[in-house]
Amino acid sequence: MSIKKLSKQDFTSFVDTLVKTEKVIGVQAQGDKFNFASLESAKDLRLDYDVTLRPPKQFVQPNVETLLTFEVGGGYKSQYDNEKFILIGVHPYDMIAINQLDELFSQENCDAHYITRRNNATIIACDVVTASKNVFASSMGTATVHKGYDVLLTDIGDGYVAEAATEKGENLLAKATGAVNAGDADIKKRQQVWDKNEKSLNKHKLECKPSDLPKLLDKAYNHPVWEEKAKTCFSCGSCNLVCPTCYCFNVKDDTNWDLKTGNRQRFWDGCLLDTFTEVAGGHEFRKNRANRIRHRLYRKGMYVPAKIGGQIACVGCGRCVGACLTDIANPVAIYNRLIKDLGIK
Amino acid sequence: MCDCCGTKKDIYLPNLATVNKARLMNATEMYLNLSMDDGQLEYKPGQFVEISVAGMGEAPITISSSPTQKDGFELVVRKMGNVTSAIHKLQTGEKLGIRGPYGKGCYPVEESKGRNLVFICGGIGLVPQRSFINYVLDNRNDYGEVTILLGTKCHNERFFHTELASWTRRSDIDFFETIDRGDNCWTGNVGVVTTLIPKVRTDLSSAMVFVCGPPVMYKFVLMALAEDKVPHKNIFLNLERKMKCGVGKCGHCQINNFYVCVDGPVFRYSELGIAPEAI
Repeated sequence: MSIKKLSKQDFTSFVDTLVKTEKVIGVQAQGDKFNFASLESAKDLRLDYDVTLRPPKQFVQPNVETLLTFEVGGGYKSQYDNEKFILIGVHPYDMIAINQLDELFSQENCDAHYITRRNNATIIACDVVTASKNVFASSMGTATVHKGYDVLLTDIGDGYVAEAATEKGENLLAKATGAVNAGDADIKKRQQVWDKNEKSLNKHKLECKPSDLPKLLDKAYNHPVWEEKAKTCFSCGSCNLVCPTCYCFNVKDDTNWDLKTGNRQRFWDGCLLDTFTEVAGGHEFRKNRANRIRHRLYRKGMYVPAKIGGQIACVGCGRCVGACLTDIANPVAIYNRLIKDLGIK
Repeated sequence: MCDCCGTKKDIYLPNLATVNKARLMNATEMYLNLSMDDGQLEYKPGQFVEISVAGMGEAPITISSSPTQKDGFELVVRKMGNVTSAIHKLQTGEKLGIRGPYGKGCYPVEESKGRNLVFICGGIGLVPQRSFINYVLDNRNDYGEVTILLGTKCHNERFFHTELASWTRRSDIDFFETIDRGDNCWTGNVGVVTTLIPKVRTDLSSAMVFVCGPPVMYKFVLMALAEDKVPHKNIFLNLERKMKCGVGKCGHCQINNFYVCVDGPVFRYSELGIAPEAI
């Protein structure tokens, strides 16, 4: 696959070409923060962003989506989202989160709704230019990414190195007039960006290798930290909401005005929310807030990793650290506390 | 990325079933006999289906009939929420959606052969256990001694009266029943289901024991079984959790690293031992 170099001006015209004919979603400023939104013009694209408010997960697993339509007393019909789109500006940690979702939704009972939408996406990932306040991707080994995207952009100062990783990416890059083959010097500069990011995206330093987390958690089940954090937890689910690897969902039926037809929708749910485990009759299996906090951390550091070949399901974006109303969600603080008290050996 | 992209097989799409029989068994329990419109439902004792009532949603319900019964399959649904209330309104001939059967954790049909079996059921916990009980009764010579213990809250909440009466009459099984709160209509045992355990004539320490009941019951039953030194590998727990997808995605039924929908709903206690959230 080809590695091209584009000047910033050429990149702007490339994006402007894309927005004319395709559905393009890109990172844009929203007040003094950033978010993914429908892109009208290249001038609104901000690849120098630090972190987006919400992860790009919403474009492969929307917060509300229709799974099927039904007729009351009659049949059900699957509904798929078949619209193709281009997603520009996915940071490496978010790309790795999407790679994990790909694996989780396609393994065993394959989820055709997710996979359809994922296949319709063309992803232009980009290396981080500005480190966010809470990022710890360097600690999690997610500061750079080498698969999953169609094109990877790296800002090397005087332009972008753009590497196509798939045929879709190759076809897309072919539309970038002005792109030239990247030279050795450009590739070297890109490597320097990667080397720098692998160390510098580390505002909270994890005191162990991410791969040590499952065995650390294995002995931390009854540690007091869960109760301590629970004392100030509101169970608001903000940490779930902003997490790029949270994928739990709820399902509900919505009947139309005719009372004869309707659709079944799934929407995001969060394991921190009260009632997440409540069954008919009122029994709630994780009623205790500390148990819910622990469950979330165990899912990220132990349960989900067991399903995806040991990859830790926290990618170090730091969104939960910033979103938490009472400043207790920082997973590194919790993991480091456990390392200090329990040791890693 | 995977096979489903080509075939577009939708794991969330229900197939239609028709209600053959619908009968209220007591104030809250509805008996349903259903047939799939596209053929026979192939299932194992212990598996569950997601029942779908269009406009109301889905509910996971364990199949109560034994796969040896070829005349449709049976469910018993307690009226608890929106979906189950809608199920209670279903009448003969009406359609509903079914997904499944689901659950890799079924009753150990093969492993139990030649062994003595003890079923401990609390209230509506009889419903899932009945699938394996009737399987065993239909293949009676393959299994050793069979003991069934049933505890119900009160006399009015009992159901499957005719079937229970037939179990009482059988000489090849031991069936003991109790109700938590006695009344004038009841002349049998009074007390919670664990009070029946001392009556079991089978050697518990070598028997296969199957437990299903309300969440509060498991701990007390397991404590009683510990006194009788029942090895954990011989105890099977049929667990209930909130479920949405039934296929290991939505996250609701997770017990530590297990998914009830995929790994259960029937679990061997020795394998669950490391999952503190189970009981």
